[in-house]
Amino acid sequence: MSVVIPYVSKPHPVTGVTNAKLGIWLFLASEVMLFGALFSSLIVLRVGSTDWPVGSTILNVPLAFVNTIILITSSLTMVMAWASLKLNNLGKYKMYMGLTILLSFAFLVVKYFEYSAKIHHGLSPATSNFLGIYFTMTGLHGLHIIGGIVVNAYLWIPGAKMWHSDPERFTGRVEVAGLYWHFVDLVWIFLFPTLYLL
Amino acid sequence: MSSAHGEIHAHGDGHAHEEGFWRKYIFSTDHKVIGIQYGLAAMAFLLLGFGLMLLMRWQIAFPGIQIPLIGKALTQDGVLSPELYNQFGAMHGTIMVFLGVVPMAVGAFGNYMLPLQIGAQDMAFPKLNMASFWVNFVGGLIMLGSFLMPGGAPQSGWTSYPPLANIAPPSQTAWLIGMVFLITSSLLGSVNFIVTAIQLRAPGLSFFRLPFFVWTQLVTAFLLLLAFPPLEAAGVLQLMDRVAGTSFFMPSGLVVSGEILSNAGGGNPLLWQHLFWFLAHPEVYVLILPAMGIVGEIIVTNTRKPMYGYNTAVYAIIFLGFMSFIVWAHHMFMTGMGTAISSFFQATTMIISIPSVIILTIFLLTLWGASIRYTVPMLFALAFLPMFAIGGLTGLPLGLTASDIYLHDTYYVIGHFHYVVSPGTLLALMGGFYHWFPKITGKMFNQTLGKLHFWGTFIGMNGIFGPMLLVGMAGVSRRLYDASIYQAAKSVQPLNVVMTYSSWFLAAAQILFLVNLFISLRKPKTPAAENPWESTTLEWTAPTPPLPHQNFPVPPHVYRGPYEYNTTSREFAPQALQEV
Repeated sequence: MSVVIPYVSKPHPVTGVTNAKLGIWLFLASEVMLFGALFSSLIVLRVGSTDWPVGSTILNVPLAFVNTIILITSSLTMVMAWASLKLNNLGKYKMYMGLTILLSFAFLVVKYFEYSAKIHHGLSPATSNFLGIYFTMTGLHGLHIIGGIVVNAYLWIPGAKMWHSDPERFTGRVEVAGLYWHFVDLVWIFLFPTLYLL
Repeated sequence: MSSAHGEIHAHGDGHAHEEGFWRKYIFSTDHKVIGIQYGLAAMAFLLLGFGLMLLMRWQIAFPGIQIPLIGKALTQDGVLSPELYNQFGAMHGTIMVFLGVVPMAVGAFGNYMLPLQIGAQDMAFPKLNMASFWVNFVGGLIMLGSFLMPGGAPQSGWTSYPPLANIAPPSQTAWLIGMVFLITSSLLGSVNFIVTAIQLRAPGLSFFRLPFFVWTQLVTAFLLLLAFPPLEAAGVLQLMDRVAGTSFFMPSGLVVSGEILSNAGGGNPLLWQHLFWFLAHPEVYVLILPAMGIVGEIIVTNTRKPMYGYNTAVYAIIFLGFMSFIVWAHHMFMTGMGTAISSFFQATTMIISIPSVIILTIFLLTLWGASIRYTVPMLFALAFLPMFAIGGLTGLPLGLTASDIYLHDTYYVIGHFHYVVSPGTLLALMGGFYHWFPKITGKMFNQTLGKLHFWGTFIGMNGIFGPMLLVGMAGVSRRLYDASIYQAAKSVQPLNVVMTYSSWFLAAAQILFLVNLFISLRKPKTPAAENPWESTTLEWTAPTPPLPHQNFPVPPHVYRGPYEYNTTSREFAPQALQEV
C-alpha cells in the first residue's frame, strides 16, 4: 500500500500540530459536551428538588479526597513519562508509565470500596436522584479511567516498540494519551466538589 | 484559459495492490470503499424506512382495511394494528434520520468526496474511518434486531420522550444502546473529517479555495462533534432510568395503568426534551448542510459561472452552524417553559433563517445570466431550491410562538420538516449521486431513466407533503392511528388518499432509479465518465475511478479557486491547472 498520510509524526507547518493532537483536542471538546450535559442535568435535577442532600452527609469525603490526590499524582507521573521520552530515556518512561497505571488501579480500588459500602448500606442508584446522578457520573468517569488504563497499558509495553522505529510518533502518542488522561483527571476535579462537598 | 482535458493528470500506472477480498471490500481502510459501504447501507435503510411509511400511509388513508398483498404476513387480520403503527412510526424516524440520510450525506458523500476534493490520499485516520462504519453497522443491526424483541420494536417515537419511553417495552433499551453505537460512530467520523479538512489539504488549497461542499462537510462535522454528546448523556440517563431504576426523567407519583409507580420520583421529563433537542436541532442542519454543499457544486458546474458571493456563502454556513446550537427549544414552545424563554428561542429561530436565505439567494444569483445546462443532476439541484424554500418558509409559523400554538403537533409540522428533508435533502442527495456516479464507477448512467426518475420523485414527493400541510392546517394531530373517527379530520380525509397514492407513485419512481443503477453498473467503463460535466474541482482530475488508497497518481497542487468557469465558451480552469 502506498498511502502516505502526512503529519503523523511531524506537526503541520501551519497549524503546528500533528493529526493525532488535533484529533484528541476535538475528541476532548466532544467529551466536554458529554460531561457538560451531565453536569447541566445535575443542576436541573437539583434546583427542581425539595430534598436534595448535601453530598458529604451521604458520601465518603476522606476516601474521595484520597482519590483526588491519587489522580492528581497520576497526572504528574503521566507528564513525567512523556518528559522522559523527550529526554530520550525509555527506561524512566516505563517506570513513570507503570506508576501511572498503578495509580489508576488504586483509584478504581478506592472507588470499588466506596461503591460497595453504599450498596452494603442499601443505597443504590434507585434510592434518590442524588445517588442516581452520583452513580451515573462517577460510573461514566470510571469507564473513562478504564479506557485510559487500556490505552496506557498498550503504550507501556506492546506499543513501546514504536520507540525504536519512530520515536517522534511514539512520543506524540504518549502526549496525546496524556492529554486524555489530564482531561479525565480534570473531570474528577469537577466531580469531587460538585458531588461530595456542595 | 486553456481547456484542461488530459493536461494536468498523469495517468495512474494502475499497479495492483495485493489485498485479499476481506481487506479490499469488507474491512477496507480506503475512504472510497468505506464511502460506498456507507452508501449501500444507507440506501438499504432509506428503502426500509420508506417501506415502513408505505404501510403506515395505507392505514391512514384506508383505516381498518386490509393491507394488500403483505397484510396477512404482518398481522392476523391483515390490518396494521395500533401497536405496529406506533412501532413503524418510531422506527421510520429513527431509521431515516440516523441510519439513512445522515450516513448517506456524511458517511457516503463526505467520506468519498472530501479527501478527493482536498487532494488528499485518504482520511487522516483511515483505521478510525473503518471503525466508524462498522460501529455504525452494529448500531443499525441493533435497531433492526429490536423488531424481534418481546413487545415489538421501540414505539415511543424517534424522540423517545419520557416518561412514556421509560415504561416502554424492552426494545426501548435496545434503541438507547443502538443510539450509543451510532453516536460513537459519528464521533469517530466527525473527528476524522475535521482533522482531514484542516491538515491534509493539498499545497495551495487555502481555506477560501475549498469547494463549497468541503465547507459544508466541515461545519457538519463540528455540529456532529458537539451536539451528539448531550444526546449520549441523555441516553445514558434514560438507560439508568430503565435499567437501574433511577428517576431522572420520572416525576413523583406517576400513575401508569391505574397504579402509582414505586420509583423514587423527583425527576424532570422536560430535561430529556432539552437534551434531545440540543442534539436534534443541530441534527436538522446536519441533514441540510451537506445537501446545500452538493447543490452548490452541481449548480456552479452547470451554470458555468463562479459561485456568486462564495465567501458570503461560507460565512453564512459557519454562522448557521453556530446559531443551530441556540434554537433548540423552539421544539418545546408548548411545554410551558415560560414566555421569556420562548421569546428568546423565537428570536434566535428568526435569526437562523437569515443565513439559509442568504445561501438560497446565492444559488439563485448564480443562476442569473448563466448558460444553464439542464443535465440530470442539475434538475435535482434546481428542484432543491423551491423545495427547500417551501420547507424553510413553512417553518416560520412554527418558529413564532403565537402561530405554533395552533400548528404544534399537527401534520403541518410533519409536512414542514419533510419538505426540508425529503424534497430538500433527498433530492440533493439523488442529484449528488448522478453528479458523481461517473467518477466513482467510470460509467455513465442512462439519461432518460434519470430524467424520468427526477420527475417521478419530484411529483411524488410534492403529492405527499403538499396535502400534508393542508391536513395539518385543518388541525389533524400527527400521532393518530385513525384520524377519520374525528369529525374535524373527515373533511380532509380525501387528501390522505391522495398522499397515499402519491407515495406509491414515489415508490414506483425509485424502482426506475434502481433499474438505472443496475443497468449502468453492467455497462462497460467509458472515457466519457472522466469529467462529463467539465468540472473544475480536484476530484475530477483524479483517475476514473480514483486509484485505490492513494487517489491521485501524483499528489496534486492547487493554483486557483474552486469555480473558474466561463459562460461564453466551453473553457474552464481546474484547480490543479497551473498556467492560464
